[in-house]
Amino acid sequence: MDNVMEVTGLTKRYRTFTLDGVTLEIPKGTILGLIGPNGAGKTTTIRVLMKMVRPDGGSVRIFGMGLDAHEKEIKNRVGYVGEEQFYYLNKKVSWTGRFVSRYFERWDQGMFDSLLEEFGLDPSQRVGKLSKGMKVKLSFAIAFSHHPELMILDEPTAGLDPVIRREMLDRLLAFRDDHEGSVFISSHITDDIVRIADHVAFIVDGRVAIHAEKDEVLSDWKRLHFKPGTINGDIVTGLRCVEAHAFGSTGVTNRFRELEGRISAAVSAGDVKVENVDLDDVLIAFVKGGRA
Amino acid sequence: MFIAISYSSSDPMHRQITDQVKDAIARGALKAGEKLPSIREMSKELKISPITIKRSYRDLEQDGYIVTRAGLGSFVADVDLARLRAEKRDEIAGELGRIVTAAAGYGISPGEIGKLLRKILEEGNG
Repeated sequence: MDNVMEVTGLTKRYRTFTLDGVTLEIPKGTILGLIGPNGAGKTTTIRVLMKMVRPDGGSVRIFGMGLDAHEKEIKNRVGYVGEEQFYYLNKKVSWTGRFVSRYFERWDQGMFDSLLEEFGLDPSQRVGKLSKGMKVKLSFAIAFSHHPELMILDEPTAGLDPVIRREMLDRLLAFRDDHEGSVFISSHITDDIVRIADHVAFIVDGRVAIHAEKDEVLSDWKRLHFKPGTINGDIVTGLRCVEAHAFGSTGVTNRFRELEGRISAAVSAGDVKVENVDLDDVLIAFVKGGRA
Repeated sequence: MFIAISYSSSDPMHRQITDQVKDAIARGALKAGEKLPSIREMSKELKISPITIKRSYRDLEQDGYIVTRAGLGSFVADVDLARLRAEKRDEIAGELGRIVTAAAGYGISPGEIGKLLRKILEEGNG
């Protein structure tokens, strides 16, 4: 499968933060979710891709082309939705569409008009009067209206209500499924990622901690519950996020498939219980989980 | 007593607690007259709302598994273990029923299931 995006060894040094050798790839027609706590490097990574930040090292290839040499061509084929929208607040929605249209060779005014209608956006409304959710919808409408092949989204759902969030996520799924579109989406709302992503990458302290198929991650990681006093190294080594209380103890493992056979007798006896984790648990295990 | 709360379970939390306390009584891990943790303690240890714990204790009391004495706390009732076992037997009968129905969906006959079950029992597996 061809990769639409290949990021290799991306490095950017700030005084208090270093993006340290970030390597990512997105196969065509798939969604990659970038998960990380605030300040881990999600936005820095995306800013490099959008040429808003110059990296100190590493390379970015999008559609098989180097980002520096082919910026204009690449940007024509990328739809971008940032965490904040920078539009003229005293201009109308329709004016904003016309204004940005000149930057895109494949701008589709008919599509823009019908997206406004589908999203319930009034073309004669001033942008400054739009709610936060409506501004994000406008951003999506603009991004989709120049027929992108890759959507890059930085925390697009932050601060949105669940109805609009779900609507935008469904649009991204349709973009992938109906147009073979590819998506790179960052979020600290792991629920959004788990819903739509094919692959996930966890970024912690400027480094990529995991980059794998989402279902692989959810099969490898489980939460184990132990009868009081029975948690010990014979059964399980490398538990993270261990917590004990009066009625048992719990820990998170990233090697469940190896362990499964070893703990099956204890599971049948009711001494160990296994529970699915969500991506939040995995993120927390990396941020404060102790060692593997 | 071993209580594991699952956030991903389809059972609501008060039900998970009720079931696990019943289970501990059925297995003999909790004995008649034994004091149960206070609502506050259980709430604090499991990081669950006291209202949820209160609800499961109330259900346990209504079903006759525990008795609460004002000012003293909750205690395991003198449960009729035969009745508890009968309840568990009904649960297992229900599960077997579901297995038979599922098997019928794949065209596996009740006779074949009977054979499979006998084989499993002979192997002393379970």
